[in-house]
Amino acid sequence: MKLSKKIIGLITVATACIALPAHAALKVFACEPEWGALTQELGGNLVEVSVATTALQDPHQIQARPSLLARTRSADLLVCTGAELEAGWLPVLLQQSGNARIQPGQGGNFAAADFVRKLDVPARLDRAQGDVHAAGNPHIQTDPRNIALVAQALAARLQQVDPAHAGDYAARLADFSHRWNQALARWNTQAAPLRGMAVVSQHKAYAYLYDWLGIREVAVLEPKPGVEPSAAHLQQVLTTLKGTPARMTVFSAYQDPRAADWLSKNAGVPAVRIAFTVGGTDGAKDLFGLFDDTLERLLKPGSRP
Amino acid sequence: MKTPTTAWLTLALAIPIGASAQTSATPDASPQIQQLRQELDALRAAYETRLQALEARLQSAEQQARRAAPNDDAPAVPAAPAAPDAANAFNPAVSLILSGLYAGSSRDPASYRLPGFELPTGAAIGPGSRGLSLTESELGLSANIDPWWRGAAHIALHPDDSMSVEEAFVQTTSLGDGLTFKGGRFYSGIGYLNSQHAHSWDFADNPLAYQAFLGTQYGDDGVQLQWLAPTEQFLQLGAELGRGRGFPGDDSSRNGAGMSALTAHTGGDLGDSHNWRAGLSVLNARASQQALSLAPALGDPVGAKFSGSTRVWVLDGVWKWAPNGNATRTHFKLQGEYLRSTRSGELSIASDSDRMHTIQSGWYLQGIYQFMPRWRLGLRTEALNAGSPDYGVNTPVLAGSGHAPRKHSLMLDYSPSEFSRLRLQLAEDRARIGSADHQLLLQYQMSLGAHGAHGY
Repeated sequence: MKLSKKIIGLITVATACIALPAHAALKVFACEPEWGALTQELGGNLVEVSVATTALQDPHQIQARPSLLARTRSADLLVCTGAELEAGWLPVLLQQSGNARIQPGQGGNFAAADFVRKLDVPARLDRAQGDVHAAGNPHIQTDPRNIALVAQALAARLQQVDPAHAGDYAARLADFSHRWNQALARWNTQAAPLRGMAVVSQHKAYAYLYDWLGIREVAVLEPKPGVEPSAAHLQQVLTTLKGTPARMTVFSAYQDPRAADWLSKNAGVPAVRIAFTVGGTDGAKDLFGLFDDTLERLLKPGSRP
Repeated sequence: MKTPTTAWLTLALAIPIGASAQTSATPDASPQIQQLRQELDALRAAYETRLQALEARLQSAEQQARRAAPNDDAPAVPAAPAAPDAANAFNPAVSLILSGLYAGSSRDPASYRLPGFELPTGAAIGPGSRGLSLTESELGLSANIDPWWRGAAHIALHPDDSMSVEEAFVQTTSLGDGLTFKGGRFYSGIGYLNSQHAHSWDFADNPLAYQAFLGTQYGDDGVQLQWLAPTEQFLQLGAELGRGRGFPGDDSSRNGAGMSALTAHTGGDLGDSHNWRAGLSVLNARASQQALSLAPALGDPVGAKFSGSTRVWVLDGVWKWAPNGNATRTHFKLQGEYLRSTRSGELSIASDSDRMHTIQSGWYLQGIYQFMPRWRLGLRTEALNAGSPDYGVNTPVLAGSGHAPRKHSLMLDYSPSEFSRLRLQLAEDRARIGSADHQLLLQYQMSLGAHGAHGY
């Protein structure tokens, strides 16, 4: 058949044109910056990490764009949050990638949320409640104790997909865990004044952060998860704050600051922009910096009498 | 189980010391005490992490136990959704698109023609019927079949109470090497818009070029092989063989393929804010005794039969922009396609039969701008060119007028959430000869059920 000859010819030419890169490093496709940073910590020069999103992008709303498709094609390991955070774009990438290693259920598909205790698991699944996640709140990276748990699981997974370097991954995990635990102790001490503090959140994104620090969320600017703050709802928040005053409004680097700024102007509640993930602020250069910077930002208005 | 006990003991000891150390924080504490405190804190943090790990393990063990013993009458935990019934747990993901339309137009849609273009009899062109109507409801089902295959079906329920299978295909998930094989009924991968379902279009209707050359949207029964190159630059090649079920094919029974197509797409990022995709595709289709309706410049449509081959080239490009790649607040999308169709063969009108050779083309260009969250504005402009058709002896009967159909559409849509959309579309349609047809469309599109992932 003429056509099949054409196709074979085309594929042969295309394959011949592409010099296959001779990278020995394990290719890791990280969906969010925090997992990219963690993989880099645990893999060092054994891994080549490519991060799909930046801290200035909303991880719920990413386009399955061509460059991401090209990267999933050659990935050996996918490190994502899971818990449906990437439901709007990752399935398309996986279906079109032609890469069997990273399909769900394979060793090359790592979902961090599988390894931590999830909060905000909805009792009732109904979209009338907004963009709820059946598996629970997916923003697990805001609690450093979760990072420690994911690190354990991720190191095990790296050893599984790259057994030749199992020893290196174990050594790197031990080193990371040691440094992380020391930092965690420091953060726990630093954050003591935040315990019991009342705050307002832009999005229900900080359940784990608050759980760790003992912070109370008294209001959320989004009327329902994923729904933009409306004027009517902001008025309602204002009324709530009269009864239960809050110390600050927390929002993430990628979010529109206008609603938080409005509240700051009308209720005198300072708006605090936190990195949310690695790269969100100048201070959040790596995972350690992420929590150093987050605590610093929370403590600034939080320590006022 | 020594470890947890030790952990609790250490924790119980560590907490009061840590707490008192914090409250009585004297600035000039001796370095030894400081060091001791740090070590203790580190120890406490380490155990906290381990405790959480144990907690998580305990929770998953509990869940497993619950799943293993479904008849256990233990009080239900309301916070966790109950483990689904095992038989239903494997049900495919179900989604349903509901949509409806109000259409108003200054000229009667029943007289809608694309003069100079040979279309299959009963082709779905133009704005459809006036007034309020339900449009296509689309039921989607998809799931993994086994470790090697995935299957999906999209069933369209039409407002006239009929039903059609838009897509029903199986697809490999494990071929590797960038290869994906698809078999069944599916929308061809040619162009940009062709493989997208109607509910993900940015306008209520398809461009004129798709209506004239691809029977609104080309879907076929066949096989498709796609290959993604192992390069940094996105490069995707595809080949399709099919029955030739729809226009420009004609669904004849034959042993060979009635349709073949080749597609090539490339694309990438330009910084964080811009990304693009461009492609070139070609579709070949055969037809024998295909019933056509020809719209000459003057008079009523003429019925004819065409036997021969058609080749459609599609050049497509899309460019998207969002500040820092964050499309939540504002974003812009520019998209355009150029289609060129060549048909050659034999045309018979009544008893007169002679050669037919036509080269026709069409294009559209559209921009969609989300100027604030939930609100988008779009503009589309498009044109068709009938060329100079050669119908042999039939040429005088079918003499063209040189009229080039044109259309401009303006769209405004509002999406309360990503699952619902309300749209207003205004169009100035100069497809027909004579005065422009002014169209007003009001549309809703809602999606229920599974959270569908969106292609680029």
